Amino acid sequence: MTVAVRTVGVRKAFSGHEVLKGIDLEVSYGEVLCILGPSGSGKSTLLRCINHLEMPDSGYAWVDGQIIGYELRGKALHELPVRRLRAQQSQLGMVFQHFNLFAHRTVIGNVIEGPMLVRGQTREAATKRGMELLDMVGMAAKAEAWPSQLSGGQKQRVAIARALAMEPRVMLFDEPTSALDPELVGEVLEVMKRLAAAGTTMIVVTHEIGFAREVADRVVVMIDGEIREAGPAAQVLANPSDPRVRTFLGRVLA
Amino acid sequence: MAAETKQGLSPQDLPPPGLAVRRLVHPWRWVAGAVVIAVLALLVRAFAKGQIRWPIVGEFLAADVIVKGFGWTLLLTFAALALGILLGFVFGVMRLSANPVLRFAAWLYVWIFRGTPVLLQLLIWFNIALVFPRLYIPGLVDVKMVEVMTPLVAAVLGLGMNEGSYLTEAVRGGILSVDRGQVEAAHTLGMTPGQTMRRIMLPQTMRLILPVLGNSAVGMLKFTSLAATIAMPEMLNAAQRIYFINGAVIELLFVCAIWYLAGTTLLSIGQYYLERHFGRSAGGRA
Repeated sequence: MTVAVRTVGVRKAFSGHEVLKGIDLEVSYGEVLCILGPSGSGKSTLLRCINHLEMPDSGYAWVDGQIIGYELRGKALHELPVRRLRAQQSQLGMVFQHFNLFAHRTVIGNVIEGPMLVRGQTREAATKRGMELLDMVGMAAKAEAWPSQLSGGQKQRVAIARALAMEPRVMLFDEPTSALDPELVGEVLEVMKRLAAAGTTMIVVTHEIGFAREVADRVVVMIDGEIREAGPAAQVLANPSDPRVRTFLGRVLA
Repeated sequence: MAAETKQGLSPQDLPPPGLAVRRLVHPWRWVAGAVVIAVLALLVRAFAKGQIRWPIVGEFLAADVIVKGFGWTLLLTFAALALGILLGFVFGVMRLSANPVLRFAAWLYVWIFRGTPVLLQLLIWFNIALVFPRLYIPGLVDVKMVEVMTPLVAAVLGLGMNEGSYLTEAVRGGILSVDRGQVEAAHTLGMTPGQTMRRIMLPQTMRLILPVLGNSAVGMLKFTSLAATIAMPEMLNAAQRIYFINGAVIELLFVCAIWYLAGTTLLSIGQYYLERHFGRSAGGRA
């Protein structure tokens, strides 16, 4: 399998508190990786370091042949100018916990904004592709609605379509169902399962153990800024070797 | 518990459903209304009987000089407001710049122009030729300042730069209150800082500061009367020139009041429609 994403010794501290203590991670093309762990374990920060929404204090993420945010020149990583960083970021689809739909754009307006502005597509081409994606997430009927008129589950499905519209190499999900009412979680997970089945490369930070067990090829469990357990979903979830991971899984599975 | 039931209605005495309900009467509301109507009536009577020659008000309401003056008032309002909005957005964005020098420059602008009276600023612009006798930009302009700094130019600069200092703070507050997640979403889609600002931040800021802009427009229409002091031929100035001759002071001031009221009313209506347009994403309409 060809490697799609690799993080190399990613460290990050916020006001002296070390959130990530040197994370090495690898994801192959077509693979679904779920990152589990208690709140504050650093899993969201790791995702945000991969697409450079946070700049790591040291270490870096490598995605699809490029080091994100830097250029390797001689023996140093030189920070990229903003434009080139954004070009890299547009290769990484990001789905946020709080959706972050553009409040002043309609559903279809949200989906075509990136393709038109960043990829230079015409409105017609972007709208045509955008409607296909909205259809895929079951939101085509709401194309002209405003985000404020949607339920959380609907917003998140639109957010997934918006990220997919950029034709990213990798999709990152940052607790995509954590802000949803329980009865709306299923519709979002359903869309994600379909993406996984279609061979999308996905890194999913989540609390949904059931989703991880069913969909993930591999699972990593983070605790206190370190990866304590990694391996096939069935093995990690059923038979973790690390005692703290066992405690954590015991709590969430109970 | 049992004792209370005995004192009140017992279950056997309860009336059947479907009884008529008599609403509480509010006599003091009627009294307050009557008092206010009486006061208003007295006021109207006082003005009707006072020493105002109403026919003269009617006569000058549509007089050429007054209408032309109101035209200048409107022109000045829109020009100064446009300058103020432009400066407000430029300096408002600068206030939040990552560059400390830009932040300081924007702060300095607000400090000076919000910290001095607007009438004083008008007088300084009008007399700026005392400081800079010539306007000289190498290769571009070389003229006498008095020829450039006409009353209109001085009034637009004075009113516009003063307004801009207030709007700078409004824009800064508006940008700060747009959710941080909107910027992150724009970044992950690959938008440059300029695209993020133009396409994501400013439209949303616009909706938040529209009420402020509406107040600015109404205020600006009225503040243009200050330009009368620097010989700008706007409406108040025109009225003054007439009453210096015919002595109908209060009549002409009333004429102005009527025009200003008409103008501010129209602006308020415009504000309503603008807010509805920019608020459409927040409302329930599809």
